[in-house]
Amino acid sequence: MTLQLEGVSKGTGRETHIHPIDLTLQGGTMNVLLGPTLSGKTTLMRLMAGLDRPTEGRVLWNGEDVTAVPVQKRNVAMVYQQFINYPSITVFENIASPLRLMGKSKSDIHTAVHEAADMMKLGAMLDRKPLELSGGQQQRCALARALVKNAGLVLLDEPLANLDYKLREELRAEIPRIFEKAGSIFVYATTEPEEALLLGGNTATLWEGRVTQFGNTPTVYRKPVDATTARVFSDPPMNFLQVSKTGAKLMFGDGQSASASGSLAHLPDGRYMAGFRPNHLEVSRHAADAMEFHPQLSVTEITGSETFIHLDHNGERWVGLIHGVHNLPLDKPLPVYLDPAHVYIFDTDGGLVAPASYAAAA
Amino acid sequence: MTLAATEISRPKSRVLPWVNGSAVVMTLYLVFLLLPIYWLLNMSLKTNTEILSTFSLWPQDLTFDNYRTILTDPSWYMGYVNSLIYVVINTVISISVALPAAYAFSRYHFMGDKHLFFWLLTNRMAPPAVFALPFFQLYSSVGLFDTHIAVALAHCLFNVPLAVWILEGFMRGVPKEIDETAYIDGYSFGRFFMKIFMPLIASGIGVAAFFCFMFSWVELLLSRTLTSVDAKSIAATMTRTVSASGMDWGVLAAAGVLTIVPGALVIYFVRNYIAKGFALGRV
Repeated sequence: MTLQLEGVSKGTGRETHIHPIDLTLQGGTMNVLLGPTLSGKTTLMRLMAGLDRPTEGRVLWNGEDVTAVPVQKRNVAMVYQQFINYPSITVFENIASPLRLMGKSKSDIHTAVHEAADMMKLGAMLDRKPLELSGGQQQRCALARALVKNAGLVLLDEPLANLDYKLREELRAEIPRIFEKAGSIFVYATTEPEEALLLGGNTATLWEGRVTQFGNTPTVYRKPVDATTARVFSDPPMNFLQVSKTGAKLMFGDGQSASASGSLAHLPDGRYMAGFRPNHLEVSRHAADAMEFHPQLSVTEITGSETFIHLDHNGERWVGLIHGVHNLPLDKPLPVYLDPAHVYIFDTDGGLVAPASYAAAA
Repeated sequence: MTLAATEISRPKSRVLPWVNGSAVVMTLYLVFLLLPIYWLLNMSLKTNTEILSTFSLWPQDLTFDNYRTILTDPSWYMGYVNSLIYVVINTVISISVALPAAYAFSRYHFMGDKHLFFWLLTNRMAPPAVFALPFFQLYSSVGLFDTHIAVALAHCLFNVPLAVWILEGFMRGVPKEIDETAYIDGYSFGRFFMKIFMPLIASGIGVAAFFCFMFSWVELLLSRTLTSVDAKSIAATMTRTVSASGMDWGVLAAAGVLTIVPGALVIYFVRNYIAKGFALGRV
C-alpha cells in the first residue's frame, strides 16, 4: 500500500499554496505533517484525500493514477480539527454511515460499530445525538467513523488541537495504538513538535507550502537538513547566532570560541550560522568547555516546573528553556552557558553543514 | 433594579403604591397592537346596521351571518381556495429553486457571486407596481392570464430572492467540513443533500417557506392584475365588495378575520426560528 505524490502543487490565481512536492508514504506507517499554521498541512491533506485537485502533478495510489478519481471512490477516511459529525443522526448512525454506503449487511455493521465504539469508549453513548456529547466524545465519534471504514489512507488533521490538555494526552497515546492494527497509511497533521516526537514514525516538516524534509521522526529531529526545518521542529524555535571559522577555531563573538573538531575540521574558513535548541541553554556551567554569553534578559515565563527566558543577544532574540523555577533580574545581562556539543552549524543559506555532535552520535 | 433603588432613597412619607412598570408597558403595547385586530373581530360579529349606527365595544346583537355568507357563497370562499392554490404553488417553486441557489452561494466562490447575491435582494425591493403592466401584457400574450400558475410565478420575483437569502444564512451556519466528511464517507451529492444536509437546515426551510407563504398570501397588486374570475384571490375579492347597495362592512370584516387565520396557523410551526429568519438566517 503506497501513496505517492509526484510533483503535486496547488495554487489559486497567482498565489501558490503548495509548491511541487514529491512524497511517498508506505502502508502501515504513521506520517506526521509538522508545520506552523498556514504552512500548508491542511491543503496537502486535502490533495491527498482528493477533496481538492492538484494544480499540477499526479497522485498515485498503489502505483495507479488517482488524480482525477472523485473522493467518494477513494479509499480514504479523514478527521478534522473541528468536531465534525452529522448532528441530525445518532452516534450509532454516524459511525455506521460509511459502512451503510458500502452496502454492508446489518449484522456486520452492528458488530463493527460496537467494536469501534468500545475502542473509543463510546459504547454507552450510541443512542445519543453528537451534539449531546462532550467535545472529547464528539471527536472520538469522528475518529470511530474513520476507524470503522478501514480505509487505506487515514488523514487526521490536527484531531486533538481543540481538546483540553488531559484528553489530548489520553487520545494521543491511544490513536497510534488503535490505528496501528489496521495497516493503513496514517497522516497526522500537527503544529507541535512534541506531538510529532511522541507519535514517532515519519515526519515531513512543512514551511510555507514546501516540504523541507521527510524522514524518520527522530532523524529529522536530530539532523534537520536546514535551518528552516530545525526552526519548525523545535518548540520554542531554534536559536541562531553568527559564527566564523578561522583555522581550527570557531569564533562565536563575545570572545567565545570552540575548537572545530570532527567533521568541522575540514570546513573551509568563513562565516556560518550556529543553531542550538532552547533546552540546551543553561544558566550554570555544566561542561568545562561551555561557552559563556551575556545577553540581556527581557522576559521570563514560569510554567510551574520550567522557566522560559527570553534573551537579546546583540540584536538576536534567543529563547532558553531552563528546568526549575528561577527568579532572574530583568533588563540586565544574564550569564548563560552553551555546550559546543549542542551546536548545529548551518551555512549562510541555511543548509546544514554539521549536526551537533551529541545528535550525530545518537 | 433602578426602580427599587430610587424607592429606597426616597423619604418614607412619599412612598407611592408600587406599580410594576414592565407590566404597564406590556399591557399598553398589547392594547395598541391588538386593538385593530379586536375591532376587526368585533365588526365581523355585528350586523351592518349596528356597525354604521352605534359605537359599541362589543357586539350588542351577536351574529354569525357574515361568516355564513363567506363560507357558503362560492364567489367568497373560492377566493380563499384560489389564493391557497397559488400560494402553495409559489412556496413550492420558490423553495425548490432557492435551495440549490442558496447552496451554491454558501459553498462556492465564483466570479461576481457577491454582486449577483445582492442583485437578488434588490428584486425584493422593487415595487410590484413596476412589474404589474409588463406582467399583465406578458402573461396575457402567452395565455396564462387568470391562472394560478401566473400569480405563483409572478410572486417568485419577490419570494425566490428572499428564500435564497434566508436559506443561504442557514446553510452558511453548517460547516463545509460536514459536506466533505459525507463525500469521504461515500455519499453522492444528491444523497448527502437529502439525507444529511436538509435535516440540518430544516428550520431554515421552514422559515423560508413561511415567509414565501405570507408574502404571497398578502400580496394584492399583482394577484389582482393577473386574475379576473377563475383564479381571483381573496385579497382581490375583498376589494370588490362595493356594490350598488353600498359597502357590506360585516362580511368584509369577517373575510379579514379569516384571512389572518392561515398566517397565524403557519407562524405557530416556525415560532422558535422566526427571529433568525427575520435576520435572514445570520445570527
